[in-house]
Amino acid sequence: MLSRTAANLFWMARHLERAESTARLLTMGQRMAVLPGSAYRDEWRSVLRVTGCEPFHTKGGPVTEEDVVRILLLDPENPASIHSCLVRARANGRSVRTKLTQEMWEALNLSWRRFDGYGLSEACQELPALIDWVKTRASVFRGAAETGMLRHEGHDFMRIGGAIERAQMTLRLLDVKYYVLLPETDVVGGGRDHYQWTSVLHALSGIRAYHHVYGGVYSPAHISDFLMVNRAFPRSVAYCVDQMRWHLERLALEHGVLATCHKTVDEVFELLLDGQDGAIFQRGLHETVQQCLKLTNRMANEIAESYYF
Amino acid sequence: MTFSEMHEQDGAIRSCYAEVKRWIDETGIDGLKGRMEEAEAIFRRIGITFAVYGEGGDPERLIPFDLLPRVFSRLEWERLDQGIRQRAQALNAFLYDAYHRGEILRAGLIPQDLVYQNEAFRPEMIGFDPPGRVYSHIVGIDIVRTGPDKFEVLEDNCRTPSGVSYMLENREIMTRMFPGLFSKGLVTPVDNYPALLLRTLKEVAPPACKRDPVVVLLTPGSLNSAYYEHSFLADLMGIELVEPVDLFVDNDRVWMKTTAGPRAVDVIYRRIDDDYLDPLAFRPDSLLGVPGLFHAYRAGGVTLCSAPGAGLADDKAIYVYVPEMIRFYLGEEPILSNIPTWQCGTEAGLAYVLEHLGELVAKEVHGSGGYGMLIGPQASPEAVAAYADRIRANPGGFIAQPTLALSTVPTLGVSTVVQRHADFRPFCLVGKQMRLVAGGLTRVALTEGSLVVNSSQGGGVKDTWVLRD
Amino acid sequence: MELTVRHQTTYRYETPASQVALLLRLQPALLDGQIPHQWAVTVNGVAVQNFRPNAFGDGEAFHHQRAAVDEVLIVASGRVETRDQHGVVSGFRQDVPLRVFLRQTRLTHPDAAVMAFAHSAGGEDNLSRLHALSALVGNVVGYSAGSTSAASTAAEALAQGKGVCQDHAHLFVSAARTLGIPARYVVGYLMAQEGGQALRETHAWSEAWVDGLGWIGFDSTNGLCVTDHYVRLCCGLDAHDAAPVRGSVVGATAITIRADVMISETEPNAAQQTQQQQ
Repeated sequence: MLSRTAANLFWMARHLERAESTARLLTMGQRMAVLPGSAYRDEWRSVLRVTGCEPFHTKGGPVTEEDVVRILLLDPENPASIHSCLVRARANGRSVRTKLTQEMWEALNLSWRRFDGYGLSEACQELPALIDWVKTRASVFRGAAETGMLRHEGHDFMRIGGAIERAQMTLRLLDVKYYVLLPETDVVGGGRDHYQWTSVLHALSGIRAYHHVYGGVYSPAHISDFLMVNRAFPRSVAYCVDQMRWHLERLALEHGVLATCHKTVDEVFELLLDGQDGAIFQRGLHETVQQCLKLTNRMANEIAESYYF
Repeated sequence: MTFSEMHEQDGAIRSCYAEVKRWIDETGIDGLKGRMEEAEAIFRRIGITFAVYGEGGDPERLIPFDLLPRVFSRLEWERLDQGIRQRAQALNAFLYDAYHRGEILRAGLIPQDLVYQNEAFRPEMIGFDPPGRVYSHIVGIDIVRTGPDKFEVLEDNCRTPSGVSYMLENREIMTRMFPGLFSKGLVTPVDNYPALLLRTLKEVAPPACKRDPVVVLLTPGSLNSAYYEHSFLADLMGIELVEPVDLFVDNDRVWMKTTAGPRAVDVIYRRIDDDYLDPLAFRPDSLLGVPGLFHAYRAGGVTLCSAPGAGLADDKAIYVYVPEMIRFYLGEEPILSNIPTWQCGTEAGLAYVLEHLGELVAKEVHGSGGYGMLIGPQASPEAVAAYADRIRANPGGFIAQPTLALSTVPTLGVSTVVQRHADFRPFCLVGKQMRLVAGGLTRVALTEGSLVVNSSQGGGVKDTWVLRD
Repeated sequence: MELTVRHQTTYRYETPASQVALLLRLQPALLDGQIPHQWAVTVNGVAVQNFRPNAFGDGEAFHHQRAAVDEVLIVASGRVETRDQHGVVSGFRQDVPLRVFLRQTRLTHPDAAVMAFAHSAGGEDNLSRLHALSALVGNVVGYSAGSTSAASTAAEALAQGKGVCQDHAHLFVSAARTLGIPARYVVGYLMAQEGGQALRETHAWSEAWVDGLGWIGFDSTNGLCVTDHYVRLCCGLDAHDAAPVRGSVVGATAITIRADVMISETEPNAAQQTQQQQ
């Protein structure tokens, strides 16, 4: 397969996944912002921080919902905004149009101009509906790929791109919110309760799944276990890494070569395996998150190198 | 006197249209119109792929498809077939000569400056022998019919003629909708075109290539208006559709970047203009193209189809001399005639054209697609006067031809079968041997009396049948 | 005479290029009165081989690098044995139709002033007209470094009355073609002073066709025909067409280019060595 084709499929999936994850973060932000003391904690700022978009907030003072909607939803100049991600996913898809099914293409093609010239106040008003709409587009696209796309290596590259982006969003969320999940004795700041914990689960649409796994009790240890090492929850880091490993292995079989990225994905896998049963806290949640971010970034670069993107 | 392809002079149906006539009568106009809507729906379904490439979400208009086929009898086709091959052969012989000794110029049959000062002439090609001495591997010849036995060539297309996807799609739709029409085996199939094209491309691999040649189709990208055809042909031939960024040159070979590493390419069917092939060769201000591609070509590491500079042969000023080429290189009389053409670049030509502009069709030498053209009899006196000024300002840039009585073909009108003017573009493949599928693209002017069949000017397309009898 | 030449071109990129493609015409042809010895071309120390004749008969090679590069150093060096041919350039393939060299390009396109200028050159025959033209070019376009750019046209140089060797050659070929005389733009090396010197650039001059004699080299900048002080590299329809180095770079920003040409008469010991080695 042409390297350009593989790269476009990889990035198309990443951009789409990114748009969806960011939409989920906005939901979390809305929940957090209505909690007592939220202004004092500048909750919306953490949303910007998770997406690496804090530098786009230049006017000083606390970050408002309006700021975040402008920066993360609408701003065409911000490459990480939902608007930009949809435009870029569509551009990636268009240049490999013949490798997509009609349904996949329609899902992409319908979404990309949605936010052209959308007004800020309008967007703030309709935010919940817009967030739902973004999540639905991503689901429709995934569904179309699931049932219609030829399982050639392009499919593997697409799935790997999506899994990397999803794992990284969970990791970045934990990176910014890790203090919420620290054991009681290590509390940074104070003023922490189970609303904070559940908001993290909400951001990842994991509340119900969490209950199924751990029963009705919230605890920092369980939540971080759920998001990092649980191999059944689709937005957990471990699940995403399983996906990467599976598709990377298919690529290795197809090409008859194990590349550096295969070593790196095994490294992440073992790191998470070692973190089971609360071990992740002994080693340090924050350190583990940082290490996983570093390794997945490296792996993404190695994939580009190994397959001549 | 306009020749109606469906009718004898006395109004009787010509025998090659008997089957079409029977089908029209059997189905009835309402029936046909119903089927036409179905066809449009299918086309729109495929056509979505035409539309999505139009940037900005505004669907590109589909080229209208007319249900009623245009029919040639076996005898008519045999003559066309010979004439087309003869012309394609002479055009290639001319290109070889023009980039080598220039015998036809030395013989005084074509003015030297018309070749050596021509914008389409590529000095970089001088002295180079393309594999098989073929420059134009796909020759699209635009032909009009003006009588039962009279076929005339409107222009030649030697670079990268487009439209063959319509020939294939039109037949596909007709076969899908009216299997009964084809079940008797009366119509010669055209669906082997992609296989023949691939065979032709493989035949012209560089002599140094000892393996089954790797062929790719090079497209400018998904924004190009013919991208649909590029991807369609690449898919049907089972070859990679590449863009310039996918290729690089090293060690006098061309490589494509794949996930398994660089893979050598032997033949490039390029649908990119000369100017954008290689920024190091043709257009220094262009960032597009594959640096070093032309060098690799001259070194014999890859074959470009068509060869750079092949456009010289389809220049409208050179067109006038094609009958001479046929006599000079092949020692034969032209089977298909040229349309009498006045070159405004000559004193006598200019005087005649300016005097008779109101009766003539005038064209820009380098124009295409029906733009920049004047149809004298249909233009206002002001438009004619304005065009005359343009000619006076740059006589060498214009030619003029008599207004032709293009033949008409049956076309589905609002409430009846109507007769509309049409032309015809067959696609002749030139490799080690010449190949021609029995068919081509029939373009039809959908407005009554109109002589302009270009899709950009409101023309449509229809299936073309060559009967087996 | 034997000349020792070292021609060095350096491209520096502020951010490294991910891909560098070079088309090089740095191989002096073997001609009557021009015999290259031990000529070598390297790019970043790697020898460039496979020079092949292009359409005009000049050696051409392609070099490609796909790694991250922040500097490209192109060195062409060697010795060239030369003989004064009284301006006549002969000994190469002669299969390019002469009338191709009547093609004007964007850079040589004559405006009314250039046409009038061309016709102002008097003379009995083409040869004397060309001599007159060459002298006129030097007179009307004074040498002035930095007064024009690589994109300047013949007409602009004439209008401005100032220019460098590129402008002189452009005006000469433009005017010669206007008179119906095939002419081409030539790039090479010139040892302008006895004993040798360091130049910043390659030199440019022109060649025009005279029936019965063949191609004659005219250096309008110095008001003479080419001698054994000249080494001819390549030719073309204009400066762009005849560029000895053309590059295409991906990914780099802020490119700086520096060219150095060292040319001198070969010192006796070196010449002896050459003879011994032969």
